[in-house]
Amino acid sequence: MIPMGDVGEYDSTMGDVAIRAEHLSREFHGVRAVDDLSFEVPVGIVFGFLGPNGSGKTTTIRLLLGLLEPSVGEAAVLGHDVRREAEAIRLRAGALLEYPGLYDRLTAEANLDFYGRIWHMPANDRRTRIRALLTQFGLWERRDERIGGWSRGMRQKLGIARALMHRPALVFLDEPTAGLDPIAAAALVEDLEALVAGEGVTIFLTTHNLHEAEKLCRRVGVIRSGHLLAVGTTEDLVRSTSGSRVEVIGRGFCERTLHLLEARPEVAGLGLRNGSLWIDLRDDAAVAPLVSLMVGAGVAIEEVRRERASLEEAFISLMEREV
Amino acid sequence: MIADIWTVTTKEWREYVILRGSARGGLLGLLVFAGFIGVVMPVELGASWVDTPIAIVSAFWLPLVLVLSVIGDSFAGERERHTLETLLATRLPDRAILLGKMAAAVGYGWALTLIATLLGLLAVNLVHGHGRLLLFRPLAGLGIAEVSLLGAALTAGAGGLVSLRSATVREAQQRLSIAVMGVFFGLLIGLQAMPRAWLNRLGEAILGAGEGPLLLVVGLLLGLVDVALLVALAIRFRRARLILD
Repeated sequence: MIPMGDVGEYDSTMGDVAIRAEHLSREFHGVRAVDDLSFEVPVGIVFGFLGPNGSGKTTTIRLLLGLLEPSVGEAAVLGHDVRREAEAIRLRAGALLEYPGLYDRLTAEANLDFYGRIWHMPANDRRTRIRALLTQFGLWERRDERIGGWSRGMRQKLGIARALMHRPALVFLDEPTAGLDPIAAAALVEDLEALVAGEGVTIFLTTHNLHEAEKLCRRVGVIRSGHLLAVGTTEDLVRSTSGSRVEVIGRGFCERTLHLLEARPEVAGLGLRNGSLWIDLRDDAAVAPLVSLMVGAGVAIEEVRRERASLEEAFISLMEREV
Repeated sequence: MIADIWTVTTKEWREYVILRGSARGGLLGLLVFAGFIGVVMPVELGASWVDTPIAIVSAFWLPLVLVLSVIGDSFAGERERHTLETLLATRLPDRAILLGKMAAAVGYGWALTLIATLLGLLAVNLVHGHGRLLLFRPLAGLGIAEVSLLGAALTAGAGGLVSLRSATVREAQQRLSIAVMGVFFGLLIGLQAMPRAWLNRLGEAILGAGEGPLLLVVGLLLGLVDVALLVALAIRFRRARLILD
């Protein structure tokens, strides 16, 4: 079993593994851009790889695609070693990298046709696939236009269609919703969900949009400065980094009560928001003793409810914790 | 492998045509160019165009100009337009990408040179034929095909090497222009610096060798340089290096 970082253990009942990285590292002129990454991505899920700019996300994708050779460590993608069988990986994988990778001088259809020919798709299959993808992304009516004048969002959509053209078993998507308007981004998220559900494709997704990651990803990895800070399900990540938050609605939250609460070992933090009190608990601690304390201090409690922190809050908390 | 090379080559050709603005504009530009080289020049020279080595010399420099206009774009253009990494992330083998791009440039320069030469032959016959058929001697025809192909390959190989390590098309073209000027002036200065006796001996050797052996030697020399350039390109073509550049 590969160590899975801070959060959660890989559930072996999840089926085959699409990506397995063991102590993967890459150095550039003495600086480790990616340092000792170990993780697994099961087949047929969306794996979110989250991290700030320059954290090593793109380098990791390049290593997994066999475009760069690891300085140390190993990785297998779809059962192929990244060092020795890079061509076999690229045969079965698709990628939308930092840029859509499209030829401005060619039409939308010619761009997809070129990539279909690269993967030796028969002419009939190419035509059918191009029509299906362009229709899916709302670009069919503009198939004969050269894409040089297209908006960034349209190019991004065509770039995703390009990455999916040859029906890859695994798709690397580097910031796929960058440049898309909220409606197009939401539609894309739905398309990706359908793709995973319908075709069993595995998606390795890097994104800054944590709301999107929370919706799409079954597992996530968090990377910063080349180090993997955590990897596991989104629930694991939220639970382990944020603990649980409790909101107390009522009256009479005086300074003394707040000091009493702050002094309790299970309280990680607290504050007043719109007249109600929120308390961050350590390790899913019980709320009842705190309620008793507040009642004893004269607080009139109307309602107590547990809040689940978002992935975004968990991510920020993780970043702050590791600084 | 052949199918992969062909895929890359045809994509490059599509881009070459559109590179000149639009398919119609590109075609018009090519027609004007081919018209001047293939019609105006041969008509001006008349029957001597088929009798003397002028057509062979023209068939050597014409592909140089044609290939130089597109080869800078081969790798530097892809890098500049951010399509190179995506292309490298496909299943295409290194050799298919490299040979596909080289074949596109060589095919473009060679084919247009042959078309221009045939146009010239037609024009010379129409204007200066006066009822008789003016044709190249078989060896001259072979020489035209040989030097135009090897000249195109020479420019593609050298241009490919420059383009491989250039950040932009403009940078590649500037480097290529400097290299061409360097070779041209180097030859000129070299010839001028050569003692008169050596020059005479070289001239006599060329004139005395006969057309066949001369074409064979030129073909062998150009062929060797072309192969050396292709080997250098294959050595320098490294996916990781291209991405990190």
